[in-house]
Amino acid sequence: MSLLRVENLSIALPKGADRPFAAEDVGFDLAPGEILCIVGESGSGKSMSANAIMGLLPEGLDVVSGRILFDGGDILTRTEGGLMDLRGARIAMIFQEPLSALNPLMRVGAQIAEVFEAHGVLRPAERRTRALELLREVGLPDPEQAIRAYPFQLSGGQRQRGMSAMALALEPEILIADEPTTALDVTTQAQILELIEELRRRRGMAVIFITHDFGVVADIADRVVVMQTGRIVEEGLAEEVLHRPRHPYTRALIDAIPRLSRAGEPSEAAGETILKVEGLSKTFGGGGRLFGASRVVHAVQGASFELRAGETIGIVGESGSGKSTLGRCIVRLTTPTAGRVLLGGDDIAHLSGAALKASRRRIQMIFQDPFSSLNPRARVGRILTEGMIAYGTPHIAARTRAAELLELVGLDASAMERFPHEFSGGQRQRIGIARALALEPAIIVADEAVSALDVQVQAQVLALLADLKARLDLSMLFITHDLRVASAICDRIIVMQRGRIVEMGPAARILRDPETEYAQSLLDAIPGRDHERARAAL
Amino acid sequence: MKSFWRRYSGNPGAVVGLVILVVVFLVAVTAPLLFPQSPWQMVQRPFLPPLTDAAFPLGTDALGRDVLAGLAHGAWVSLAVGLVSTVVALAIGVPVGALAGYFGGWVDDALMRFTEFFQTIPSFALAIVLLAIFQPTLAFVIVAIAIVSWPPVARLVRGEVLSLRTREFVEAAVLSGQSSLTIILRQVLPNALPPIIVLASLMVATAVLLESSLSFLGLGDPNVMSWGYMIGAARTVIRTAWWLSFLPGMAIVLTVLALNLIGEGLNDALNPRLRRRPE
Repeated sequence: MSLLRVENLSIALPKGADRPFAAEDVGFDLAPGEILCIVGESGSGKSMSANAIMGLLPEGLDVVSGRILFDGGDILTRTEGGLMDLRGARIAMIFQEPLSALNPLMRVGAQIAEVFEAHGVLRPAERRTRALELLREVGLPDPEQAIRAYPFQLSGGQRQRGMSAMALALEPEILIADEPTTALDVTTQAQILELIEELRRRRGMAVIFITHDFGVVADIADRVVVMQTGRIVEEGLAEEVLHRPRHPYTRALIDAIPRLSRAGEPSEAAGETILKVEGLSKTFGGGGRLFGASRVVHAVQGASFELRAGETIGIVGESGSGKSTLGRCIVRLTTPTAGRVLLGGDDIAHLSGAALKASRRRIQMIFQDPFSSLNPRARVGRILTEGMIAYGTPHIAARTRAAELLELVGLDASAMERFPHEFSGGQRQRIGIARALALEPAIIVADEAVSALDVQVQAQVLALLADLKARLDLSMLFITHDLRVASAICDRIIVMQRGRIVEMGPAARILRDPETEYAQSLLDAIPGRDHERARAAL
Repeated sequence: MKSFWRRYSGNPGAVVGLVILVVVFLVAVTAPLLFPQSPWQMVQRPFLPPLTDAAFPLGTDALGRDVLAGLAHGAWVSLAVGLVSTVVALAIGVPVGALAGYFGGWVDDALMRFTEFFQTIPSFALAIVLLAIFQPTLAFVIVAIAIVSWPPVARLVRGEVLSLRTREFVEAAVLSGQSSLTIILRQVLPNALPPIIVLASLMVATAVLLESSLSFLGLGDPNVMSWGYMIGAARTVIRTAWWLSFLPGMAIVLTVLALNLIGEGLNDALNPRLRRRPE
């Protein structure tokens, strides 16, 4: 007996898109109390299918065929008013980015009360009491305080809990969660997954969980639907799909997840020290202000380590741990408050003018977001040559070199004449890598360089980085929140927490046997660990 | 470019605005050919009503000057003042805003306090004071209008640059050794262009209005025929010869309306995501 049934659903894309349908002939069942995971890469149509259930398709996208059966009727034939009775009350949704899904100008309590108000249930006084109960149920540490808080006063995980409280307000039968943990740290992600699991158990609610991460699937799914370019390619029980994937695409997705259990080869890279960071600190705020005391944030406190030639160090930590600030201080995008960054005898932290420019080309950066790291109004050729020209390379020589770089990162030289928006995320990240290599640096700092990419693309880019590192004899600082990624590429790992380095050592040792509790908790929070252990044991 | 035109022409008001402006522009350019005589020349009896003499379809004013010739020559003055003063205002406002936004800190503080100094004085009053000091020639009218209208440009550009400078591609440019000037000119400003273009189109409209108001008060260049001057000269006879105020008034209304419609169309076409949803 299914609670919700999607039959032959097709959603047309506007003319001129790369394919005719966002979702084509999609069908699945959802049983009461079940967690169904819809998995796929970005653009696979997984979110569109879920939005259709809520009647929330963006303008220009229309359902052209199919039915969505719920409660004895077809949702697609409902009027806007009929949909409103459904939304929130019987089917609720939580979104990827709780900061943009919550109204920034309304207190959390008022937003929950608004749900009751919209559906005309409870009296005003009761609404507040009920909101408080809900916040307690989703496990916010101090509900009395949270109900009066504005969204920006809560952390990412707390906001997602607040969103969940809103979604649960009217006791819906179905909860649709669209990548609810993608924007969160691993540890927070683990807590939210636990919350969803617990709510399902306590309320017997059915959950449609949309994700790109097979690790998450392994942790919570009962059944899995795998989507590729708008079509369902595989469907089945989670155990079945994870252990015996039938479709090559599913297999590729599962294989693309970086494994923690890498053969623990000893780091043979014992070259000479190329970069030495000594007592580096960065404090934000604190300048004397006219009105009121300013908040002081110690983003990095007394970080010291050495990077040897040919070595890759992973800097790992949750958001707010100071790992990005550390990276930005090392490339001198930010000037550190104290400490030294020694690069072959020069202290980059205290250089300026021409001396800084001379040192700068030896240490380059790869950025996180492939969409904001390339100037949208510049052709790729210009993006790649600008740096070389700034350092005095003649124009023609720079263009020749740019073409070589593009080939080096696996793109065609014809890409020079195109604009960034004509490339996919993975290709853009390759362009970003080519740009970083253009100045022939000795050290590359990669700040979450693969975090915004789909798993398969992520695996390709990681392979490219490993290959380039070996061929060009690069040293690398690899900043990431994802221990799985760090394990795939790093020789040594530095674990950061609240601005301090809490643990440092060979990657194999830290992943197998961390000394600090914090590193252990990061390891435990990685989704899909049990599944991986089971797999490794086979 | 093609999609830009498609989005622009999707707004019927904007197309109407563009048509009106093209007509005004053609009239302004061809005025010396169509009306080779000076518009100040007396050609008929005073107060000739419109549509009575085929040679002067819009009649004559209190001194017997051809109204149609005045409107045509006035179009040139209005457009020239509007466009040139906007260009001058952009030339002041864009660098001020870009430097303030890019460098921040005390540079930002200094430049913004300077901008606020201009913003705190009512712009029309300041324009009157400036013209009372300067010679009332066309060039100084343009300068006066530019001086009172650059602060909003500086504010807008500063805001855009503030958000763009934190983007990763700007940081990448810093790391690749480019100078601050190169980064501002080649990385930041091209991306801030759409809102600047929209603001500029609206500034032309404001400048046309400002010039008319100044001429109405008799502060414009006494040697050029402008719409504001025509209204000002005819205001004493508005009860007996209303068309003398009405016709140049309509010319101002249509031109300013056209510029506003174009501004709105540009906004829709350049920022497709912010476009208002069709009802």
